[in-house]
Amino acid sequence: MTISSSTEQICFILLGLTVIVGALGVVLINNIVYSAFLLGGVFMGVAGLYLLLNASFVAAAQVLVYVGAVNVLILFAIMLVNKREELKPIKALQIRKILSAGVCGGLLILLFRVDLTTKWSTPGPAAIGEKATERIGEHLFSDYLLPFELASVLLLMAMIGAIVLARRDVLTSDVVTGDVVNQNLIEKSNEPILIDQSNKQ
Amino acid sequence: MTVLGTLVSTGLDLELSFNNILQGFGFSPEVAHILWLPLPMLLVLSAALIGVLVTVWLERKISAAAQQRIGPEYAGALGILQPMADGLKLLVKEDIIPAKADSLLFTLGPVLVLVPVILSWLIVPFGQNLLISNIGIGIFLWIALSSIQPIGLLMSGYASNNKYSLLGGLRAAAQSISYEIPLALAVLAVVMMSNSLSTVDIVNQQNGLGFLSWNIWRQPVGFVIFWICALAECERLPFDLPEAEEELVAGYQTEYAGMKFALFYLGSYINLVLSALLVSVLYLGGWGFPIPIEWVARIFGQNIDAPLVQIFTGSLGIVMTILKTYLLVFLAILLRWTTPRVRIDQLLDLGWKFLLPIGLVNLLFTAGLKLAFPIAFGG
Repeated sequence: MTISSSTEQICFILLGLTVIVGALGVVLINNIVYSAFLLGGVFMGVAGLYLLLNASFVAAAQVLVYVGAVNVLILFAIMLVNKREELKPIKALQIRKILSAGVCGGLLILLFRVDLTTKWSTPGPAAIGEKATERIGEHLFSDYLLPFELASVLLLMAMIGAIVLARRDVLTSDVVTGDVVNQNLIEKSNEPILIDQSNKQ
Repeated sequence: MTVLGTLVSTGLDLELSFNNILQGFGFSPEVAHILWLPLPMLLVLSAALIGVLVTVWLERKISAAAQQRIGPEYAGALGILQPMADGLKLLVKEDIIPAKADSLLFTLGPVLVLVPVILSWLIVPFGQNLLISNIGIGIFLWIALSSIQPIGLLMSGYASNNKYSLLGGLRAAAQSISYEIPLALAVLAVVMMSNSLSTVDIVNQQNGLGFLSWNIWRQPVGFVIFWICALAECERLPFDLPEAEEELVAGYQTEYAGMKFALFYLGSYINLVLSALLVSVLYLGGWGFPIPIEWVARIFGQNIDAPLVQIFTGSLGIVMTILKTYLLVFLAILLRWTTPRVRIDQLLDLGWKFLLPIGLVNLLFTAGLKLAFPIAFGG
């Protein structure tokens, strides 16, 4: 065994442990802030695995998108609404936990079965290393153009939805006169718009 | 540009020479490589730290000059040892963790702020082969790594259990996310012209005709966008809202003392030097001399590949990089002590409503010019 391959194995074991332990922590720890930070650690571990597979561009994109954007936004949302309030006790919590653990365990067994029954071709196709960036670009602008654009439309929809929810200036028209009402909503920003207003009339 | 690019010599390759020497002593190539690995890392780390010491001294001296004071005077000649004294003071200070703080996250936060910044020095070139690793994703690695930093800021802001800290952390994250996008767009325009993400290729592409071919002439708008965004990412005035003293005590740093505070301090200054280095790499021709060094060598009738000439050009490259960098650091310090702070809404307006559209238009123009004039814009 050469030095480089043993280094690779040690790195793989460490990264795998980070991902598994971190992911378990995300699910099992009660403190939601800790869960969010651990999620960032899991994303970093996955990025490390990509790096180990010679996919440096994917690894950097993983860090940029998942750690730098998704995880930061999750943390941002958690910290903005960080109220330490006692939640109502949920009925039959124990049974729910056991049920969800059963479903997750079943999924894990299913994945193991797929893993064991699939014939993996080893070694796989040779890694193209530094050329990967160009290859990804070519794919994104040829055969994966439609999925790529659809994903961006999805993001646009999410963005518009967020803006509508945050700005609260939905054009509500008066039922009787048909005029536009409630447009000056910066002053009324404390008034929730997503409540049932049918019994007001 | 590609024709001119081939003229650029390979320059010094210390790694190759080191490995050859060690293999001459009978080490295997693998062992030689492992022995080589820590050397450039330690060198760059100490270079970064010395860069910080110099910057801190400059900051003190220039701020003093801007306010018509003398500044540090007694610690060494011209107060040159003052940053050392500052560091020593922070080193021996008591390390306080507030009683109601989350001690684990409180300790981890500053580390998470500092480590990505230091890691980004991986891609900073001081010469053709004078960088830790010429990886293919180059500048993209820096953008990815700098996006980790807000997590550390949020972490320390949250763990301090102090409303000012939390607000500072949230502001830092919001600011960093907003300015990352125009920053990446400005970098993308440069990458588009050099057809590569690698920092070495970006510099080589600029050094065909000396200072005339520097990217600043082809990307003036991109240069301004990048500089503004870099200042915002470093949280320097006029964008130092996360630690605005008058509003937030000291933002996320409020509860920190001793070495943990020193980590934040170090992180912000290393980030400033790194940003200046990257501006010089992306827009000011990196290690390139204003007149192509090959021409100078030809005038004096020297062979560019001769060992002594190589050592000379290598040193000149390092000097040029540092000179350009500190010119930009000087500009940043001058900006810090002469401009007022913007409000948070002005900051976000500038990022989203001004820099982002301008960055997009700049990218579109660069793409159009690249198609129209492939010779000048790296076809």
